[in-house]
Amino acid sequence: MRLVLFIGFLLLVANLMANTLEVSATSKWKTIRSAISAAAKGDTVRILPGTYREGNLVIQKSITLLGVNYPIVDGENKFELFTIAANHVSVIGIRMINTGVGSINDISAINAIESDDLRVLNNQFENTFFGIHLANSSHTRIEGNVLHSNAQAEHQIGNGIHAWKCDSIRIENNQVSGHRDGIYFEFVTNSVVQHNNSHHNMRYGLHFMFSHNDVYQYNTFKSNGAGVAVMYTKGVTMRHNQFIDNWGSSSYGLLLKDIRDSHITQNRFDKNTIAIYMEGCSRSKFESNTFHENGWAVKVQSNCDGNVFIKNNFLSNTFDMATNGTLVLNTVDANYWDKYRGYDLNKDQIGDVPFHPVNLYSMIIEKMPSSVMLWRSFLVYMLDRSEEVIPSITPEELKDNHPAMRSYPLL
Amino acid sequence: MIKIGKYILYDMVRNRFVMAYTFFLLLVTLSMFSLDSDPGKSTISLMNIVLLVVPLVSIVFTTIHFYNSYEFMEMLLAQPVHRKTIYFAEYLSVSIALSVAFLSGVALPLCVFNFNESTLYLILIGVMLTFIFVALAFAASVATRDKARAIGIALLFWFYFAIIYDGLVLYIIYTFSDYPMEKVTLSLVSLNPIDLARIVILLKLDVSAMMGYTGAFYQNFFGSGGGIIYSLLIMIVWILLPLLIAHRKFCLKDI
Amino acid sequence: MITIQELNKNYGKLQVLKSIQLNFLQGRSYAIMGPNGSGKTTLIKSILGLVIPNSGSIQVKGKSIHNDWKYRSHIGYMPQIGHYPDQMCIGQLFDMMKDLRNDFTNVDEDLIREFKLDQIKDKRMHTLSGGTRQKVSAALAFLFRPPILVLDEPTAGLDPMAAEALKEKIVLESTNERTFLITSHVLSDLDDLTSELVYLNEGSILFNDSIDMLKELTGEQKLSRAVASIIRNIPISMQTV
Repeated sequence: MRLVLFIGFLLLVANLMANTLEVSATSKWKTIRSAISAAAKGDTVRILPGTYREGNLVIQKSITLLGVNYPIVDGENKFELFTIAANHVSVIGIRMINTGVGSINDISAINAIESDDLRVLNNQFENTFFGIHLANSSHTRIEGNVLHSNAQAEHQIGNGIHAWKCDSIRIENNQVSGHRDGIYFEFVTNSVVQHNNSHHNMRYGLHFMFSHNDVYQYNTFKSNGAGVAVMYTKGVTMRHNQFIDNWGSSSYGLLLKDIRDSHITQNRFDKNTIAIYMEGCSRSKFESNTFHENGWAVKVQSNCDGNVFIKNNFLSNTFDMATNGTLVLNTVDANYWDKYRGYDLNKDQIGDVPFHPVNLYSMIIEKMPSSVMLWRSFLVYMLDRSEEVIPSITPEELKDNHPAMRSYPLL
Repeated sequence: MIKIGKYILYDMVRNRFVMAYTFFLLLVTLSMFSLDSDPGKSTISLMNIVLLVVPLVSIVFTTIHFYNSYEFMEMLLAQPVHRKTIYFAEYLSVSIALSVAFLSGVALPLCVFNFNESTLYLILIGVMLTFIFVALAFAASVATRDKARAIGIALLFWFYFAIIYDGLVLYIIYTFSDYPMEKVTLSLVSLNPIDLARIVILLKLDVSAMMGYTGAFYQNFFGSGGGIIYSLLIMIVWILLPLLIAHRKFCLKDI
Repeated sequence: MITIQELNKNYGKLQVLKSIQLNFLQGRSYAIMGPNGSGKTTLIKSILGLVIPNSGSIQVKGKSIHNDWKYRSHIGYMPQIGHYPDQMCIGQLFDMMKDLRNDFTNVDEDLIREFKLDQIKDKRMHTLSGGTRQKVSAALAFLFRPPILVLDEPTAGLDPMAAEALKEKIVLESTNERTFLITSHVLSDLDDLTSELVYLNEGSILFNDSIDMLKELTGEQKLSRAVASIIRNIPISMQTV
């Protein structure tokens, strides 16, 4: 207790010692640059409303940039705005617009290089190439920002929130749209991504690789060009997320490639071409998710093993499950399937006959993609019905032995 | 032709079977839309019905009608009228009567519930299929003097286009699955009006994303203005081919 | 009026008409007789253009009927069984026929009045009895005052009153301008109505001359007996069962 009081006292002293430098057309500091150079460690640069065109601003000391009523920092389509190369920097409440565009350099609104404990809070980003770019920066908090760009093509734009080699960062309550990838992680560990809304990005709403032990929760990924793709990672936790309207010939609700020992629980997948596409995934658990009105709910390539699908809802999907092999190394149990036509004599809400979630035609399409020209033909309908009665081609062992009679009350 | 056609058409639209057909289509359409809240899905379900029922009814009804009006055609042929005139008057009035049944059974409620580009295609294609299968029925009818055999041929036509052909296609795709088959399947599609109709509608229904590379290829082809013209032309060829072959036979036929 | 030369027709292997040579003259009435399957109907249908012959030619009023259809305006045809579209009214049928020859205005509606068809002109065809339909067919045949009338079993199915009325009409119309071709199994009808007889058997003409000549040859006074005696004279092998 005494220790807490002491630390509190120290902080108070530090605060009292810190100065506030005001920037505006009529203040002592007319430019942000002059204020930054005058500021000492722990000072706050208070930026009043106005438009500031000062090219690239480099911050090499631990200060706070605080915008009042969103002052505009304009890069005139030429410059990177803030380059941060110090620890304990905060950027709050600033509207950053029109960064330069680079095909070699990742020009960003905020570019943090080896910056520990950076805080980027409640800013607005409009028409930036990269929004927030983190490299080798840990313990970062990125919260409450709105990032929006208007790129027409994937190669003309960078990512919204981009992190490379970071640890323990926290991305919360941000809105990202119109970028290449909404949120991009590469070698980012032990981090949390929550309550974000990533939508209408050119490529992926969320894209990560080699980023172990991260948690993604309560996010919404909607109408992104190719949905969400995550790769080469273990220990992912994804829960309470929504994957919606990722519709297109190469679009996925969630693409999992080489993902191991992960938990995908209580998410909702709505109207995606393929809700979950799995390739080379092992030992992951998919529990209590809802799949609703997707083209394919789950597509499992035969190089996946040890995955468990349990207590999920499968509702109004064209195909519930598809696979390209006959080997069954994954477990499917106790899910609710709206296509299930079995019965429940003992009224324990568990169907008495197993359900085979893979239908014949989905197998045929996997093997011979051009047979899609027969989709919804009468012949295909008859083939599926006869296969249901006497399974011969579809994997006999891939079945749900305890199909639920009622859907689970889920998200 | 118009003179005769007018009277036959008048007779057809009051035909009890045509009325029942209209009523059936109306019932199916209405129930589709009341069962499913998503109008896009009901359009797909309706498409399955249309692709199956319209050809079947068109071809069987026309064949029966052809034989039932045999004596009347004989009577007409004894009048100073060209055979061609009677043939086309019969064809047009049967096609138009069945199309009117289709339009009032399917198109009317569709326009009320869910009018968009895809339903427009569904309607257009329903009418096209009616004209095609009436023409095929004429081909079946002039092929033989025996009513039972003609109905048999008509049913065989339907069975072939609705099911057997797709089986053959599946077999071909299976046999040559190691080769790129997009262009081949595209030409296979053109050889069956029902398949062509289905794919054109599916591509309009925004489910093409599910059709993978082949779907993208088709979308590329049919999505363009040229593709639409192509499919319409193929449909028209499917009307004219049986119609004109049957016309040749009809003109040389002993009534 | 109608000249038929070397007419041949076969259905597959079955030869139905064998080198038929016939000349139907203006102002005469011909009975066309023969057992079932002898080729009567095929002959009539050939003249009407319903059956396309394999070889030979038919000329109506001096013009070949091959690839022609306008000549049929000279012919009134009453089929053996008339079938009309079910939902069509009698009135509509007559309207349609008049529509087809709208250049012809001086129509002969005697039979329509005689059979009282104008009183039931709103009746649908499928509600009519076979006899009434025959009345319609008869009325249609005479409607355009054609110079050639082809009547296939005209009195079959008609009630005696109507049959008598039709016969009266035929006699009335049998003028010098008209040619009648009548087939019937009711020999007494033909006796009254026709002056000439064409007797067909297995596709060939067995007899083609006036009925008076036939009676003279056979020494019979009744047509039925005279015809029976022709049949007796055919070699057994040629008779059809």
